[in-house]
Amino acid sequence: MDFFIQLLVNGLSVGFLYGLSAMGFVMIFKSSSVLNFAHGELLALGAFVFLSLHSVVQLPIGWAFLATLTGCFVLGFLIERFFLRPLIGEPLIYVIMLTVGLAAMLRGLLLLIWGGNLRTLPDFLPAWMDIQSGWLRIPPVYMAAILVGVLFLVLFGLFFKYSAQGIFMRSVADNQRAALSLGVHVRRVFALSWGIAALVAGMSGIILGLMNGISVHDLSAVGLKVFPVVILGGLNSISGAVIGGLIIGVLEAFTGGYLSPSLRDVVPYIVLVVLLLVRPYGLFGLVEIERV
Amino acid sequence: MRKLRLHPCGNYKESYADELAIFSSDYGRLWSLAGIAALFCAVPFISPPYLLYVVNMIGIYAIAAIGLNILVGYTGMISLGHGAFFGVGAYAAAVMSATFNVPFLLSVPAAGLITAGVGMIFGIPSGRLKGLYLTIATLAGQFIIEYVLVHWEGVTRGTEGITVPAPTLFGISLRGDIRFFYVIFAVLALMIWMAVNLIRTRYGRAFIAIRDNDRAAEGMGIPIFSYKILSFGISSFYAGLAGALWAYYMVSVTSEPFNLSLSVEYIAMVIIGGLGSVAGSVYGAVFITVLNESLRWLTDLMMNFGFITQSGLNMAPLREFAFGLAIVLFILFEPRGLAELWRIIRSSFRLWPFSY
Amino acid sequence: MEDTLLEINNISVVYADVIQVLKGVSLQVPNRRIVSLLGSNGAGKTTTLKAVSGLLKPENGRVTDGAILYEGHPLENRSPEQITRLGIIQVLEGRQPFKYLTIEENLRVGTATRWGKPYRKDLELVYHYFPVLWDRRKALAGYCSGGELQMLVMGRALMAHPKLLLLDEPSLGLAPLVVEEIFRIIARINGEQQTTIILVEQNARIALEIAHYGYVMENGKIVMEGASETLKDNPDVKEFYLGGGGAGGPGAYQQPKSYRRRKRWL
Repeated sequence: MDFFIQLLVNGLSVGFLYGLSAMGFVMIFKSSSVLNFAHGELLALGAFVFLSLHSVVQLPIGWAFLATLTGCFVLGFLIERFFLRPLIGEPLIYVIMLTVGLAAMLRGLLLLIWGGNLRTLPDFLPAWMDIQSGWLRIPPVYMAAILVGVLFLVLFGLFFKYSAQGIFMRSVADNQRAALSLGVHVRRVFALSWGIAALVAGMSGIILGLMNGISVHDLSAVGLKVFPVVILGGLNSISGAVIGGLIIGVLEAFTGGYLSPSLRDVVPYIVLVVLLLVRPYGLFGLVEIERV
Repeated sequence: MRKLRLHPCGNYKESYADELAIFSSDYGRLWSLAGIAALFCAVPFISPPYLLYVVNMIGIYAIAAIGLNILVGYTGMISLGHGAFFGVGAYAAAVMSATFNVPFLLSVPAAGLITAGVGMIFGIPSGRLKGLYLTIATLAGQFIIEYVLVHWEGVTRGTEGITVPAPTLFGISLRGDIRFFYVIFAVLALMIWMAVNLIRTRYGRAFIAIRDNDRAAEGMGIPIFSYKILSFGISSFYAGLAGALWAYYMVSVTSEPFNLSLSVEYIAMVIIGGLGSVAGSVYGAVFITVLNESLRWLTDLMMNFGFITQSGLNMAPLREFAFGLAIVLFILFEPRGLAELWRIIRSSFRLWPFSY
Repeated sequence: MEDTLLEINNISVVYADVIQVLKGVSLQVPNRRIVSLLGSNGAGKTTTLKAVSGLLKPENGRVTDGAILYEGHPLENRSPEQITRLGIIQVLEGRQPFKYLTIEENLRVGTATRWGKPYRKDLELVYHYFPVLWDRRKALAGYCSGGELQMLVMGRALMAHPKLLLLDEPSLGLAPLVVEEIFRIIARINGEQQTTIILVEQNARIALEIAHYGYVMENGKIVMEGASETLKDNPDVKEFYLGGGGAGGPGAYQQPKSYRRRKRWL
């Protein structure tokens, strides 16, 4: 039983991180319908920039953190401006392929600068996050993952539901032409969503790095795990992304704990295929309203 | 003998047969024949072994790329599992020849058929899924197949891999680059011929109709689900065939090469070559293979510079970067691919100096 | 003519650098009036509207010649973001709601030109004109009927405080009773909000009913213009756009030779 609970807790906190990564992904998809294959590289970039700012530039943790997030935001903005904007209106496959190419470029750069080895981030989380009650222990990293996950979930939920900018973003995702006719600044919406997505990615990259150490390959693999997560949750649902993340996280923990560690990494994809056959638009995705 | 037709300076097609013709002029036919003859007679003997190896790899990749183009470029379904299907073909051939002593002539097409079956199974989601969701389903297929290849140890021998015995064809041993060259390119020529003709049949037209608008296609009476599955099957057949040739050519088969990057490389070939163009797939295979090999050569060269070695900088990732850059630049500047580029060059020659 | 809000001088529009759709269109829209633009399919009515609102650009179209003056400022080939901020809002043909947004969220998108600034008052105004929307305000637009959607997209445009409203075929695919209601509201908006309106319509009868002035387009050119009353009485317009009248009387089918009257303007 203890083992079960511990696995559950581990799974949930990893799940929150998956959810957090997926949120950024959904953000981009929701506004510009772009499937971002470079998401894992954005995660890795956030983690490595943070590491360098802290250990090489010797910035205090707080500043390094802020600087990383700002940098990620700007990077997202630039990626949209220079790579994706020229492709507005092109067929899906070109956009997908562009992000795949982008992923290869970023991965090459990351490996070139920081190498392929596993690095560890300094542990800076406060002690109160370490929760210990009887046999159950939630390490601070897990606690941080849960807190940040919940925080961003609530923030994004409110943002999309009530803020004008959030509604504009949804309107662009829905019908670009109509949004344009009403004066919604479509290109700005795209750029903004990339910026925010990169920021969230950087954030989850840092926490993932705290949890398992950072290596380019591991983090870009997490970027691919975002796919089962978002499909499970539905490609355009922010809360779905988090729930999908939790499900995948717990599933992985249990498979790793009870069945076999090697099956762990493939289980999300098996679930994905089965789910797609049963519910093609994910658990919480929008059923396409098609009127002919 | 009838008069040779030259390229007309405009669209003068008068019948459907003209529209469907593969070569719009007899010179096209002549040039292709001359090209094939030169390829078969000259290339194997004048090229150094390394170059011949590259040429052979191009041939194998081109077969698989044509298959992917049938799925992506003609039927409009984006698959990220082509590398895994290629792997299924390689393993099928390896297992058949190493474990069951199936002869080369039988095992290669059989590997193609097995892969086609696997591809059709992973194509089932296409019945309900479209666009991005289908792409992600094929991505899942990639990971699942990869897992099975590594962990189904009874058949695939896991990470240890399989060593494929030397193939023989009609009593002639097929070891060596030159002999294999003929096998690969004979198969490639056959596959190109099949693909080009497939597109002209009702099946090809149905694929294109599904690509352009699957709901309308369904409304026109095309059973889209069976055609989509068929497209997956044909595409995987090509991949399996190429994989089988690869297994025989490389002698030893392990699961590492058949990862997601291979699938991405295939998609890159198809896009850079030109979607919906059989010739484009071949150009794409040439481009990507040559790019990969020259980048490898370049990074090896740079590793030998004293100051780079001393600074401990590993230049290998530069390859990945340059590969990504090539894809990105292509998509930004010539998204229709090499086939389109070639068409533009040709027509500007043809219409010169009056380009309007 | 009283003060002119929008003046189009001899514009040509070309799509994809190849297809010329407008071949020298000129028209004038007086302030606070409804001007209707009539013509058959493919005459270039929608293109004219898009040239004004800047929506040609995403469709690879371009104004190659001539000038569009709005309150004296040139508009041609400016981006839709800029043009909408000048108070020109186009209501697209075929109702383009945001299907996954609720009615009220749809309306809020209309405030984009003001960065979503205070919108409560505008919402009230829209609900005042279109009470149906109030009842359905929490419903997803994708599940609303055609009539509701037409009201929605017009209300959405109204949220932007337009000075010039470009309406593209508001009657498309709607029942006659609904059409009448919508046109009544258009006339009211024009009268009460002082909004200038360009109305593109197939249903010439009802368009001329509420418009003050009309232009008839054919093949990318303006072929006829005049006050609504004049147009309504013009025998050519009667024959080709209003149906009935002229030679098309009850006997028309019995006399196939005289069935088609020659268009005198060509």
